[in-house]
Amino acid sequence: MEDFIWLIPLMPLLGAIINGLFGHVLKGKAGLIASIAVLISFLYSVKAFLMVLDGVTFDGDLFTWIAAGSFQANFGLRIDQLSSVMMLVVSGVGFLIHVYANGYMHGDRSVGRFFAYMNLFVFSMLMLVMGNNLLLLYLGWEGVGLCSYLLIGYFYDKPSAAKAGLKAFLVNRVGDFGFAIGIFIIFTTIGTITYSGIFENVERLVSAGVVTTASLLLFMGACGKSAQFPLYIWLPDAMEGPTPVSALIHAATMVTAGVYMVARFSFLFSYSETAMLVIVIIGTFTALFAATMALVNNDIKRVLAYSTISQLGYMFIGVGVGAYAAGVFHLMTHAFFKALLFLGAGAVMHSLADETNIQKMGALYGKIKITALTFIMAWLAISGIPPFSGFFSKDEILANAYAYHPLVWFFGAVGAFITAFYMSRLVFLTFFGESRVDPEVEKHIHESPRVMTIPLMVLAFLAVVGGLVGIPQFVADLWGGSNHFHHFLEPVFAAANERLHLAHLSHALEYGLMLASVLIALGGIYLAYLMYIKKAIDPDALAAKYKGAYTTLYNKYYVDEGIDAGLLNPIVVMSRWLWHFVDERIIDGLVNVSAKIVMLISLLVRRVQTGYVQHYASVMVIGVILVLGYYLFS
Amino acid sequence: MVTINIGSSDFAAILPILVVCAFGIYLMVQGVLAPRIHKLTLAYIGLAGIMIAMVSNFYLLGIETDRAYFEGMVFVDKLTVTLNFIFLLTAALCLLLMTSYSEQEEIEFIEFTPLILFATAGMMLMGCAESLMIIFLGLETMSIALYVMAGFRRFNRFSLEAALKYLLLGAFATGFLLYGMALIYGTVGTTNLTQISAYYSENALNLNVMALFGVALLVIGFGFKVALVPFHMWTPDVYQGAPIPVTAYMAVGAKAAGFAAVLRVLVLATGQAAFEWSQLLWLLAVITMTVGNIIALVQSDIKRMLAYSSIAHAGYIMIGIVAGNETTVSAVLFYLVVYMFMNIGAFAVAGIVSGKNEQHVDIKHFAGLGKSQPMLALVMTVCMFSLAGFPPTGGFMGKLYLFKAAMESGYTWLVIFGALNTLISVYYYIRVVVAMYFQDSKESVKMAAVLPGVGLVLLVTLLGIFYLGIFPGTTLSLLY
Repeated sequence: MEDFIWLIPLMPLLGAIINGLFGHVLKGKAGLIASIAVLISFLYSVKAFLMVLDGVTFDGDLFTWIAAGSFQANFGLRIDQLSSVMMLVVSGVGFLIHVYANGYMHGDRSVGRFFAYMNLFVFSMLMLVMGNNLLLLYLGWEGVGLCSYLLIGYFYDKPSAAKAGLKAFLVNRVGDFGFAIGIFIIFTTIGTITYSGIFENVERLVSAGVVTTASLLLFMGACGKSAQFPLYIWLPDAMEGPTPVSALIHAATMVTAGVYMVARFSFLFSYSETAMLVIVIIGTFTALFAATMALVNNDIKRVLAYSTISQLGYMFIGVGVGAYAAGVFHLMTHAFFKALLFLGAGAVMHSLADETNIQKMGALYGKIKITALTFIMAWLAISGIPPFSGFFSKDEILANAYAYHPLVWFFGAVGAFITAFYMSRLVFLTFFGESRVDPEVEKHIHESPRVMTIPLMVLAFLAVVGGLVGIPQFVADLWGGSNHFHHFLEPVFAAANERLHLAHLSHALEYGLMLASVLIALGGIYLAYLMYIKKAIDPDALAAKYKGAYTTLYNKYYVDEGIDAGLLNPIVVMSRWLWHFVDERIIDGLVNVSAKIVMLISLLVRRVQTGYVQHYASVMVIGVILVLGYYLFS
Repeated sequence: MVTINIGSSDFAAILPILVVCAFGIYLMVQGVLAPRIHKLTLAYIGLAGIMIAMVSNFYLLGIETDRAYFEGMVFVDKLTVTLNFIFLLTAALCLLLMTSYSEQEEIEFIEFTPLILFATAGMMLMGCAESLMIIFLGLETMSIALYVMAGFRRFNRFSLEAALKYLLLGAFATGFLLYGMALIYGTVGTTNLTQISAYYSENALNLNVMALFGVALLVIGFGFKVALVPFHMWTPDVYQGAPIPVTAYMAVGAKAAGFAAVLRVLVLATGQAAFEWSQLLWLLAVITMTVGNIIALVQSDIKRMLAYSSIAHAGYIMIGIVAGNETTVSAVLFYLVVYMFMNIGAFAVAGIVSGKNEQHVDIKHFAGLGKSQPMLALVMTVCMFSLAGFPPTGGFMGKLYLFKAAMESGYTWLVIFGALNTLISVYYYIRVVVAMYFQDSKESVKMAAVLPGVGLVLLVTLLGIFYLGIFPGTTLSLLY
């Protein structure tokens, strides 16, 4: 396998270099080059996946990257069941989004830069999932963070975009700080950074008493990257970036890096019940909390952003309760339907002259039919209507949550109800009801070009049938089938599963939970139908009645304001003092004085350099005398 | 009766040297017999010779290595091969620089190619020496060629002055070197380095003054070639006066040759008694770094600045030598390779900016280069950052390996001095970058055209610096 896998990350890197250096010359061709680069990666990923399917895995070093004494960091890749799934998602969904971006970014003044960043992102993300050691994971981890920053702030002359990029970067630094320390703890305790080495020696972390600390610190990094409470605040603002970016980075791939990492280190996490409990609590809280904020938001992309945060919470519930395959399964289906939702939102905005307020949409169904139909598929998938993909993955997580503790299931189910409701609200307000579109814009409504709609259709297909690879075992038993996805990932999580001994539910209970899931989803949709189509319940009156709750939600629980007042303002005040007093007066003063002294010495010493050979020879003789004298008298 | 056995395998051991010498002799004769031959033709034949030597150099890996040839005169090991590679690549790059330099200066060229080949042969002899005699032979072959090359702009006062100064002081230093060798021979009774090594390690605790003086004088002799303070005084004047490609060749090739000899004698041969001179070398390293960097601060002439910078870098390399442990050789070799790329790159850009008669060698002439010649400015920036030791350039990794070798041997203070010196050096390297990007040129500078040969050199240096900075591991394992 090692004869071709190195090409998978290399292709997008080459694309990034070409577009980065010659993007201004290539102009329109930049997108083509970028898409082809990712397509090649995808094809090789398929090849790798098929080999893994045949039972061939790879874990080895391609070359020595850094060697310093006993420390050696190799450029090593690990292609197993987990990474091959991730590679398919990253390069496959990535390719579709690249194609879409060709249409979406058409006519932008610096497409070369855009596609260079996009390719660099795909490269980093592939490194993140393909590496076989913590250093490559960290390289990819920081690389995707950098690309996220660059792409959120892509419209850099727009202050809000520049600010959002900075916010994403800074919030992620908080998480990465913990992540880095977690890596250091593992390295200093075990002395290796390769996954295989760590898994063989997890016991040493346990005996050193740091396994919980290390796990929690790693999870801290995951919280930042995967936008979990309290480090989620950057993701809604990240919607300032171009929509394909939101689809690729802030829905399908980068934000799932945390879930991937926890799944990858499942064996490590399985040693710390505390860490797993923390993951479940944070995941559950985030799933519910973020969903409520999506209830009242009127920005089509921000609703999807809160939805993403909430869905990531579900994935963490999955990996937190030990249902790793379920978490990764939801990661995959979510990549399909959430990328589709974002691209659909982008297509809507494209048709409406970049309008993002859903209160100014409505009745678009007849006018942009492909966009609307594909969007509806994704809506049904995320709401959890069988047999769409989201149903199977979410249901598996919730069933496992019930086995962990019924309370987790309960909160998850409430979240699912809210999800079905806000997604339905979004769909009804956008595509149905009466038109509230600006008359001036209304005249120009048009369906997006093929290059955008074809990726939508492919993703819609995946969103519809993607769940069929992971039909729950008890259902598959009906015709003697099996949960293929689960079985495929089995080898990766076998060690952790063996330690955890997950409880099994009775068939009756499983059917009952599944039925409850469907009813909950239908209930959410029906409530939204009553409010936004039938108008049986007036949303405005409801908002006026519960004004306190409504404004709290509308203002996102004032979390941003709270962080500003409680954390940022004191830091700014202290920083100012450090800047003006400590830095300018004390440190700069010392530095300037020492620099002046060095300069003075320099001016004096150079006078020895007279240009006369006899002087030079004399200096040498003095040197010789000193050296020999040293030996004579020592 | 002494019988000397020389077989074909002995000649195989010095094949690259033979190739270079054969091409040198041929070109010298050719130049005289057919004086109208185009000067570039000679250079290209010379380049072909260097390429053949490079190929035959890899052939050395195929013969029996880690043993002496020619009755204990030359030694073939991985170090020999790596050093040969460094010398040959330096020669090729500098010869390429010289081809375009001679276009712009319209100077005679016929003797240049043979001279650079002979100097290279001398360096390679030093790199594979197993006997003090071979070191001396190589050193003189190299030096005499360099004396002539330094004065190659023979209608220029400074160039002639440089050649004369170099010759006088060089001869002076050679005296010390030879005296040191004589003292060692007097002590041990042989010039063979392995036997010298055996003697010094056996008697490490009670070496007499003669044995100590011998090595001390060797250090002084080599110290002159690699420009250690206080034996560095010739460096700025000679570097400034010599034609830029020759300066680059001296700064890189001659220094590498000097360190090759230092490695052979101090680390590999007398290294067993390292403690005796580690204190002396420690002191020389600190003084060299500090003086080089501090005087470089106030230089406005780019060639003088780079001259002091090269003195400072000799000090950094000494850090690795002082360490004297098993990582020393690979760290020093790695640094020499990086040093080759970043210095030749910097001198190549300086050669283009300076224009005809090297008129524009002040740092202020670099102002506005970022706008007028972005690619040149890029190469210069990368070289400056690498010289200053910023990641992800090779300069950073090079320093890291040197410092790490010293740390492993417990020379913490030496590393602290090295780090402080790096800090000082940032000022004068960045000054060039600042000039290129943040200052507008006040006078219009007429630069030399960037000919394909120089373009190739710039590309090679740029790629080399980044390759070594990003994939240092692969190179390090190849070197030693």
